[in-house]
Amino acid sequence: MYVLSAIVILTALGLLLGLALGVAAKYLKVESDPLIETIEALMPGSQCGQCGFPGCRPAAEAVVSGAAPVTLCPPGGTSLVEQLAKLLGVDVDLSQTQDQEAMVARVSEETCTGCTRCFKVCPTDAIVGAPKQIHAVVADACIGCKKCVEVCPTECLQMHPIEVTLRNWRWPKPLAA
Amino acid sequence: MFALFENPRLRGGIHAEEHKAETSPLSIVTDFPLPKKLYIPVQQHVGKPAEPVVKVGEKVLKGQLLAYSQGTISAPVHAPTSGVIADVKDFPAPHPSALPIRTVVIESDGKDQWVDLVVPEDPFQLPAEEICARVGTAGVVGLGGAVFPSAVKLSLGRKNKIHTLLINAGECEPYLTCDDRLMQERAEQIVAGIRLMLRGMDAPKAMVGIEDNKPEAFQAMLAASRDYANIVVAQVPTRYPMGWDRQMLRYLTGQEIPADGRATDIGVVVHNVATAFAVYQAICLGQPLISRVVTVSGAAVAKPRNVEVPIGTLMSDVLAFCDLDKAKMARLIMGGPMMGDALPLAEVPVVKACNGILALAAADIEEPPVQPCIRCSSCVTACPVGLLPLEMASRIKANQLDSAVDLGLKDCISCGSCSYVCPSNIPLVHYFKFASGELVKRQQADHKSEQTKRLIEDRNNRMERIRLEAEAEALRAQEARAARLAAQQQAQQAKAEETV
Amino acid sequence: MSNKPISGPHVAATRRVDQIMRMVILALAPATACGVLLFGWPALYLLAVTVISAMAFEAFCLKLKGVAAMPYLRDGSAIVTGLLVAMTLPPWAPWWIGVVGSAMAIILGKHVYGGLGQNLFNPAMLARVALLISFPIEMTTWANVSPLLTGPGVIDSLAITFGGLEPTDAVTGATTLGLVKTEFSQNHLLPGILLDYSGFLAFIGWERGSLGETSSLLLLGGGIWLLRQGVIKWHAPVSLLASIFLLSVIFHTWDSQHYLSPWVHLNSGAVMLVAFFIATDYVTSPNTPQGQVIFGAGCGLLIFVIRSWGGYPEGTGFAILLMNAVTPLIDHYIRPRIYGRYRNGRPLDISNP
Repeated sequence: MYVLSAIVILTALGLLLGLALGVAAKYLKVESDPLIETIEALMPGSQCGQCGFPGCRPAAEAVVSGAAPVTLCPPGGTSLVEQLAKLLGVDVDLSQTQDQEAMVARVSEETCTGCTRCFKVCPTDAIVGAPKQIHAVVADACIGCKKCVEVCPTECLQMHPIEVTLRNWRWPKPLAA
Repeated sequence: MFALFENPRLRGGIHAEEHKAETSPLSIVTDFPLPKKLYIPVQQHVGKPAEPVVKVGEKVLKGQLLAYSQGTISAPVHAPTSGVIADVKDFPAPHPSALPIRTVVIESDGKDQWVDLVVPEDPFQLPAEEICARVGTAGVVGLGGAVFPSAVKLSLGRKNKIHTLLINAGECEPYLTCDDRLMQERAEQIVAGIRLMLRGMDAPKAMVGIEDNKPEAFQAMLAASRDYANIVVAQVPTRYPMGWDRQMLRYLTGQEIPADGRATDIGVVVHNVATAFAVYQAICLGQPLISRVVTVSGAAVAKPRNVEVPIGTLMSDVLAFCDLDKAKMARLIMGGPMMGDALPLAEVPVVKACNGILALAAADIEEPPVQPCIRCSSCVTACPVGLLPLEMASRIKANQLDSAVDLGLKDCISCGSCSYVCPSNIPLVHYFKFASGELVKRQQADHKSEQTKRLIEDRNNRMERIRLEAEAEALRAQEARAARLAAQQQAQQAKAEETV
Repeated sequence: MSNKPISGPHVAATRRVDQIMRMVILALAPATACGVLLFGWPALYLLAVTVISAMAFEAFCLKLKGVAAMPYLRDGSAIVTGLLVAMTLPPWAPWWIGVVGSAMAIILGKHVYGGLGQNLFNPAMLARVALLISFPIEMTTWANVSPLLTGPGVIDSLAITFGGLEPTDAVTGATTLGLVKTEFSQNHLLPGILLDYSGFLAFIGWERGSLGETSSLLLLGGGIWLLRQGVIKWHAPVSLLASIFLLSVIFHTWDSQHYLSPWVHLNSGAVMLVAFFIATDYVTSPNTPQGQVIFGAGCGLLIFVIRSWGGYPEGTGFAILLMNAVTPLIDHYIRPRIYGRYRNGRPLDISNP
């Protein structure tokens, strides 16, 4: 008898709570649309396409829907990854993203013809120069989107890792024990 | 034994093997042979690098300005000897990475001929502003290791109503004895420097804190300051890191500097004892900071001693002078063994910050393998700041930097006490240095992404403006054409009417 | 000289993990030796079986983890765990009690959490409590004091430890705490229950009890030596002993017929062992001195509560495990004050004197 009542009570309890959870999930659902807006605002907004999506808005949609990982945006860097992970409540292994070295474009002066094509496509105006003059990349403004590399007719633009100097040198992480 | 009741003014800290006896009884060697070439980096201080004013091939005299100070927080550098500017180029810096830094190379002419020096008649009658200015142009920086431009600190002190100038003569790092020797041999000059600093800051009194393992230096300073009631020389217990200015201040005055403030906020300015000597040289002798006393020690050096060397001398030259056994040297350190940096090569110049060159043998730095943390909390006991190193390190290991910051990462002074006591040999300080660098990197990345957003916005606005202008232009052109057409038509009509 | 940047400090203290473990073993040795002397060959066999199996389980777990076992075995932490487990067992318990205890301590108590330094609960206490609940008969059969030379011989003892020979009632009895609990349940009162009790014999260890727990004197000595060596800190042991002392003084004075005197409390059961060797366990006790004081006081309180009003005669194991469970909480709330900040982390106000 005791066994029977225990089974009945527990089953009823389980069903009831399950139902409550189901109802809550349906009626208290958070609308996800504002999330896309928030995430788009966090992104660099250069529409550079390094993530493989046609722009920051589609990228934000992909992150929210789960089609793309929070680590998709190289120009956003680690801080964006952390913000996204916090917003979406996902765990992320940051050591993975730190391995990707940030790259910037550099003009090789021998082959530049001064065609101005590159600075017309640069989303951050990081390339300076004038027609028929050798162009130069302002490394601090370059986000490494490679758009200039694609349009350069003489392949004089190439991606290089950011140069390490005393100013930006940092202690590496100790090897794990 | 049990340390039942800790002195509330003294927290944490360690007792390391001192290794000071090797060098402390020997006088400072002042006849270091002038090297052929000197390498003077344009940045030997905190702040903006100095800008070179000399050209390759130019002749310079000892003490002549090589590079001038740029901006408020900066310091000039001067020629340590007379000779010819051989080059201005990138040269490895005395830094754990040995990355290059802009360096002026002087080829010495062997004459060591001074530039004309300006010596005031009575230095102690100089107005405060003048003292600050002269200290600034002499390129004096904090010689305890922080290398903050001293003139800036003096002016800051004058603006902030200082009640005490604290002279840090703790020299708590093992091996190092350069300040000890300096006090033993040049106490009078140091006291003169302190008096000038007091004058430069309009401060009423000075306090000199000396660790009690340097009784001779203490006596010498006591004797030299006998006539000046406003200079108090005090002994502090020998416990690393006593030379952490905030620790010494708490011990001597019971005051604590707020975590987000500076010493000036509570009416104190702290200067190193060697800086006081440099101030004396700058004002009373008119000499800029072009040499310093360096402790050369370690098991791989046959003749450990304190040497006064010109700034810019290669460490390899200094080590050779002290009979280095190259095969025995397992690690080269600039500074003390606790907070100093290991250098990958010895062909780097001695800079203003360099108070020690240590060539340690393999036995000194023997490092057993890293073992897991057993949570013994020795590091908690040793931390002079009151942090939980074991917790911070485990968070950093898991890349949870924010959480490490919450635990007080930014209050860490990298003194190394935690790593020193760790029975598992966990590189705790290395974790904290890594994390601090990572935080700066992140801050810069945030800054950059904001900048990027602005740039993109600017560009989009510009594109929009260009488009609108083009449209307006097109519209105007169309209107003009239409008007012209209309005018033509009218004219034709008028003509037609005329003919009719 | 390598090119990888090496961070300071470039010198280090010489005390290492294996050295600390060796010192703990050394500090435990006199009390353990005393147990072997008092309870004879079976105690020695049980001790050997427990320690060896602890090392075997450690090696096994490390192998499963895929790391080289030798460097970890050499650090001595497994020996300390095995030793502590053995010390809490009835000296004439069968061999498999030792093996099961070691397995619980090493596998469930330590490696399930990730190995050295990761466990939430003290492995030895976990094993003790698990054994007590699982095998109550074996864990509460206490041999009389039967010294090495006059007790069962080398061969006879093999039968006790390995042969499944159950000790007869003639050679066993109750511990002081067990006796008190049973007598109370029959409405007998103090001090009549403890007519045969000798405070002095209890202090030096001449009484029934666990293998290494009986001699308060030797445990106290070992503990004080560790304190002097700086291996452990005084906060947890002192606050543990002081809280038991205070509580028993208060209650004993109030009602001496129902509450044991402080002397009995402090010299019976595992109190001394726990105070100096378990409550000071680095891994499972709080990091800060203040936290350790709270931890010790909590243990003392729980030990007293369980002994006085609980169902078990001895409560040290449970007390430790319960306090282990709140250690992360203590560590979260009790932190040292950071230089230049108030306790809550806010920077100090600028007060210009």
